[in-house]
Amino acid sequence: MDALLSNPDRGGPVQPLLTATGLRKHFPVMGGLLGRTTKVVRAVDDLSLSVAKGETLGVVGESGCGKSTVARLLIRLLKPDRGTMVLDGDPVDEPHGITINELRRQVQMVFQDSYASLNPRLTIVETLAFAPKAHGVPAAEARARSRDLLAKVGLDPNSFADRYPHELSGGQRQRVNIARALALQPRLVILDEAVSALDKSVEAQVLNMLVDLKSELGLTYLFISHDLNVVQYLSNRVLVMYLGKIVEIGDVDAIYGNPLHPYTRALLSARPSMNPRQRTQEAPIQGDPPNPIDPPSGCRFRTRCPFAEDVCAKAEPILTDTGAQEVACHMRVRNSGHTKAP
Amino acid sequence: MAIQSPSLEIAGAAPVRALTPASRGYWQSVRRRLGRDPVTLICTAVLLLIVASALAAPWLGLADPYKTSMIRRLYPLGSPSFLLGTDELGRDMFSRLIYGGRLSLFMGVTPVACALLIGGTLGITAGFSGGWVNMMIMRIMDVFYAFPSVLLAISLSGAMGAGAENTLIALTLVFIPPICRVSESVTTQVRGFDFVDAARASGASALTIVRVHVLGNVLGPILVYATSLISVAIILAAGLSFLGLGVKPPEPEWGLMLNTLRQAIYVNPVLAALPGVMIFITSICFNLMSDGLRAAMDVKA
Amino acid sequence: MSNLLQVRDLHVTFVTPDRTVHAVNGVSFDVRRGETLGILGESGSGKSVTLRSILKLHPEHRTRWSGSIKLEDDEILSMTGGALADLRGNRVSMIFQEPATAFDPVFTIGHQIGETVRRHTGKSEADSLKRARELLEMVRIPSPTQRLKAYPHEMSGGMRQRAMIALALSCDPSLLLADEPTTALDATVQIQVLLLIRELQRELDLGVIFVTHDIGVAVEVSDRIGVMYAGKLVELADVEQMVAAPKHPYSRGLLASTVQGGMRGQRLEAIPGAPPDLAEVPTACSFAPRCKFAEPRCLAAPPPLNAVTEHHLVRCVLAA
Repeated sequence: MDALLSNPDRGGPVQPLLTATGLRKHFPVMGGLLGRTTKVVRAVDDLSLSVAKGETLGVVGESGCGKSTVARLLIRLLKPDRGTMVLDGDPVDEPHGITINELRRQVQMVFQDSYASLNPRLTIVETLAFAPKAHGVPAAEARARSRDLLAKVGLDPNSFADRYPHELSGGQRQRVNIARALALQPRLVILDEAVSALDKSVEAQVLNMLVDLKSELGLTYLFISHDLNVVQYLSNRVLVMYLGKIVEIGDVDAIYGNPLHPYTRALLSARPSMNPRQRTQEAPIQGDPPNPIDPPSGCRFRTRCPFAEDVCAKAEPILTDTGAQEVACHMRVRNSGHTKAP
Repeated sequence: MAIQSPSLEIAGAAPVRALTPASRGYWQSVRRRLGRDPVTLICTAVLLLIVASALAAPWLGLADPYKTSMIRRLYPLGSPSFLLGTDELGRDMFSRLIYGGRLSLFMGVTPVACALLIGGTLGITAGFSGGWVNMMIMRIMDVFYAFPSVLLAISLSGAMGAGAENTLIALTLVFIPPICRVSESVTTQVRGFDFVDAARASGASALTIVRVHVLGNVLGPILVYATSLISVAIILAAGLSFLGLGVKPPEPEWGLMLNTLRQAIYVNPVLAALPGVMIFITSICFNLMSDGLRAAMDVKA
Repeated sequence: MSNLLQVRDLHVTFVTPDRTVHAVNGVSFDVRRGETLGILGESGSGKSVTLRSILKLHPEHRTRWSGSIKLEDDEILSMTGGALADLRGNRVSMIFQEPATAFDPVFTIGHQIGETVRRHTGKSEADSLKRARELLEMVRIPSPTQRLKAYPHEMSGGMRQRAMIALALSCDPSLLLADEPTTALDATVQIQVLLLIRELQRELDLGVIFVTHDIGVAVEVSDRIGVMYAGKLVELADVEQMVAAPKHPYSRGLLASTVQGGMRGQRLEAIPGAPPDLAEVPTACSFAPRCKFAEPRCLAAPPPLNAVTEHHLVRCVLAA
């Protein structure tokens, strides 16, 4: 059963590869006398995005913004409370569309390197062969494919196939993580902080490899990271999240060159300076990213925003197209009631 | 004149710890560490001796453990041809202690093994499924947890009547909840690891994921816990026999022997304590071995 | 200005039944009051081990130290027991990466800071709490009086890190050791904490040693930067020199491979290979296998520390 033929393209280059609409995920916080739900973590709220074929969409945000939850929703490791998804024209998990298992054939995820990202009891080749075998590929062929994958990510199969994860360095383990994601020949790869735990010199190696693999295998990337420099380097478009919502989205040069949302501005200027003569003199915003339990009413950023006004507490801003990018801020919406609105 | 640096294609070719020729799997590391632990080795040796003598009892040329003799009652230790003396019915103590090991060990290990099978399966299922399945299984276990194990064993035995088979069933039921709880806790922890998420994301069935990814990681801690229960089982079985609820006379069994030798305390205390000494040695060895196993398995690799 | 801290030829080796790790192989540097030395390196470079050796934090039974670490003429490596306890938290303090584990979860912040003050200065309970409140104000924690009664888990990550800095400064140390204190923080919080450390260093005339793997962070806080690789200092220079003209191939490789947005579209210059196994004492230049300028003499003997200028030291034969 050759279940692993490359997934065929449907709909051509203009049709988005993946579209998510109105995704919502709330986590109940157990509390109260009988373990009843008293509070709710509003991790992702009414989020919509679309990923074009062949692009790298970067997702940035700080703790509590919900970017990891979004990743897990898109690959259906978590079931959304609300919202729909469409993969290359086919609705997901609906009667006339594709099943979740079929979604997982085409969308895969690379996890952050940690001691828990690879099964410590399995050899590398056993880890890589697991997914193909689960889809019916005979063991010997799965093994051979796994060895090919190892070579593709720059690890000599003869040295690495029968090793255990604890014998590999962080960079090598991350290459294995990437190989694992490629085992089913997916079209979209979600990289959730895939290079964050690596040393800088190793990070550079892995980033080069990701760029090569993307063009060689015709992949589409969703690159989630807190490292703004890396996101700028890799992405075509960037999406900025805050407390479960998208605050700005657009072409990478537009966002980095002319950030419109106050949070995006703060995030970009919070990067440490590389010039000792021009050190940062003042922190762009004060305080910590707030807890997604009980987010502020209206615009969720208003509690830390230097431009907040009454309207910001009353109404939630919607993503508005300003030409180069889309922003969710009352200052950019005509007649919103904000003194700085056009 | 630059030295050829490794090509970027196989940039990470040399493993960091290039000196290990063959890679060591987890269980091999555990075995190596066990081999270097003197306490565990001694305990294992002692246990093997006890188990081997119990198994080989019929061929060791021992005296008949059932043969009574009213003349030769309560001979002290070191009597000619009775190495450890005789019991209150004139039976050879040495022989009865060794034959007694068969039943005592059997009563200790079998309930734990059965409970491991049943409780382990329930716990792993509960831990991996989560949600209402988990709740259902664990709350049922909680009901049994409300009873202290000794009382539960006694009441179950009392309800079912005396006898070795009923004791086995009672003890198995007593051990299922704690093993289930430990299994569930460990499985829940492993379930949260990224590699399990990755396995789920690959579309494999739950059974495959449990078989390939979960079992290898949870069996270790569950096994350690189960071995620590063996000594409890031996003591409980002996206790039940002592109370008359377990093995029936004239079967040799350490707990039963403690009961029947009670009167002999006034005549020959050392003799009366001998079965207790055997229980003590066996339990300590199992406990220390289980500790050693836990320490060896705590490999940060 | 005399040196606050003087480290000479520090060697640190960890010996366990499984293996031996030569974590630090001959590190020497000085730190003065009022200056920040940044130590930059990747995992396995020995930077954290060096820092922790200043307080002898590693377990004695499996650590071998040699060399000298002098704090104002007192030799730290020969201290034990009571002398060490007096040193730690009092003359030299340390802040760590994980503020969550630095505090005991069952006591309030005020209680813990107060206890440290009491232990080292013998003040009364009331005075200690007053001092704790002053410290919380000094690290710019809002509503310090209420925060005294807060438990660690009730505070956000950034605030816990500030509280940890307050704890570290509670007994007026002259030297502050920082082991990647901002690595686990979000970007907007990280810059706040870095600015705080810079301000406090100026206000209190502290000597600071700041260990990090992030060049940008090192540039923001340091006056001088030392780059470590495989347990040795391979380059030591003023921060401007280090950024503008690094001389050691590893430092240059590190700077070149650090991703900055402007590199979009270009291939990153990655340093090939991986750091060496530290099971053996190095007998040659540890970086040679990965160095594109390597020559046969690099594999013959460990390179000495050459002084390019009085304040710029480079451990490379090419810099002689």
